[in-house]
Amino acid sequence: MIRLGIPGLILSLWFLMAVTGPFLPLHPERIDLVNILTGPGLNEALGYDDLGRPVLDRLLLGASTSFFVAFWVVTISVVIGTFVGTFSAYIGGYVDQVVVRIIDIFLAFPGILLAIALSGIMGPGIENVVVALSIVGWVGFARLARAQTLSLKHREHVVAAVSLGTVQRKIIVRHLFPLISAPLIIEATFGIASVVIAEAGLSFLGLGVQPPDASWGSMIRDGARYMLVAPHMVLAPGIALMLVVLSVNLLGDRLRDWMDVKGRSVVKK
Amino acid sequence: MLNFLFTRLLSALIVMFGVMCMVFFLIHLVPGDPVDMMLGESARLADREAMRVALGLDQPLLVQLQQYFVNLTQFDLGTSLHSRRPISEMLLERLPATLELAIAALVVAVAIAFPLGVIAAIRKDTLWDRGAMSFSLIGMSIPNFWMGPVLILVFSLWLGWFPVSGRDGIGSLVLPAITLGTALAAVLSRMVRSTLLEVLNEDYIRTARAKGLSESSVVLKHGLRNALLPVITLLGLQLGVLLGGAVITETVFSWPGIGKLTIEAILKRDYPVVQACVLLISLAYVFVNVMTDLVYAWVDPRIRTGGKA
Repeated sequence: MIRLGIPGLILSLWFLMAVTGPFLPLHPERIDLVNILTGPGLNEALGYDDLGRPVLDRLLLGASTSFFVAFWVVTISVVIGTFVGTFSAYIGGYVDQVVVRIIDIFLAFPGILLAIALSGIMGPGIENVVVALSIVGWVGFARLARAQTLSLKHREHVVAAVSLGTVQRKIIVRHLFPLISAPLIIEATFGIASVVIAEAGLSFLGLGVQPPDASWGSMIRDGARYMLVAPHMVLAPGIALMLVVLSVNLLGDRLRDWMDVKGRSVVKK
Repeated sequence: MLNFLFTRLLSALIVMFGVMCMVFFLIHLVPGDPVDMMLGESARLADREAMRVALGLDQPLLVQLQQYFVNLTQFDLGTSLHSRRPISEMLLERLPATLELAIAALVVAVAIAFPLGVIAAIRKDTLWDRGAMSFSLIGMSIPNFWMGPVLILVFSLWLGWFPVSGRDGIGSLVLPAITLGTALAAVLSRMVRSTLLEVLNEDYIRTARAKGLSESSVVLKHGLRNALLPVITLLGLQLGVLLGGAVITETVFSWPGIGKLTIEAILKRDYPVVQACVLLISLAYVFVNVMTDLVYAWVDPRIRTGGKA
């Protein structure tokens, strides 16, 4: 069995914060003017920000932002990418050639740049972040699913199914998906890491969530202005972000070893 | 070789054409009327019409697309809505700063990644290996919009070694280059380690050892040289990540390059400038990838003859 260890614990915490956050008695928008920029202390574990709001409460709210964006973007990307990639490779011919060209064109844009341009043009907001990151994200899964399908399409069990007259959809769902799922799951795991960074990056640039909602990225941006007097404002969300991404990457590595998928290079988007 | 060159260039041209089309259609993604978005709902009708004509949005879509391509062949990227200056001029002004930063980041990445990867490979499964790979994993997990501020805090504000931001002499280049180069160094060092490990298992390495060559000569001359090719390809591919990351890094450090221009333009809703920046960065990326492929094929004859890769 795969060893979860500390990274597993951190990700469970992230998940718990995201799911229970809305029900906890948090006050991420409560302003305490006396305590503006006060550092961590007994009353408030992570101190206060530039408006006198408690950093810990905002950090928990930011956890749910990053979790839900990652969840939706990776889900949408995996579904669309797998669908497009598998069918394209299975059908072949002109359809496949067109799909390959489209994939090539999408890959010609540095991922984060396209996401920045898309969210900049569509306007800020969390839904637009999900759309922008999904538009960028599906391509990787499509390429992987296509390559995997190509290598499996002429295997004996598929040929046998074809000659038995099995319908195309059933061949893809029953005979191809189970075999291509392992590398896709691993890619999806690393995908979570890059989406978390990308969401925070967009929010850092002011293109993600809008105030008063919190994102670790926008917290870092706000904190950067007060770094000398209140370093906790930058350090807290940054460390949270790093721990989550590091844990996802570590678990991804372990998952890859466990599922024994041949070492592909991890490409950060 | 000619055949290979031809097919590679042709597919690159198709991709570039696709990139141009996508960038053209970007502006049509603006929800509602782009003119409304730019001028606000309260703008006068006459102003809106003037803006529509200025952007060419009054023409049919295909005419707009055709005009866009005609303009591109003349390096006419339009004028900025904000500063009213020709965009090509603005890009040329910002280009040297971005190139400087990208090259410096590349130097940082290579300088960290090679020693780290080589040590991890020759001391496989030791503390050295684990240390180097942990470092690489952490490097991959630190976003540059956090690393930048932390480096500024420590080295500029506390220690006062480097300027906080801006582009003024070599000192101001250090922190942005480290910020941008670290992620690449992390990915690259893993790649150096794994390819070197593969190469060190080859027969010619055993031969080199059997000849009695020194270990450093075996690893560096016979091993690393052959491990270099896949690493160069990865470097080409990762340049896109570098260029994308430059957008954020330049913003953090107020580095006056194309990336900062992109963000400024987005925040000012100066869409033609956004389009031009995205186009330039993406085309540069495609160009670098084609060059990497060609260099690769030139260095390694197996690629162009379609033999074992």
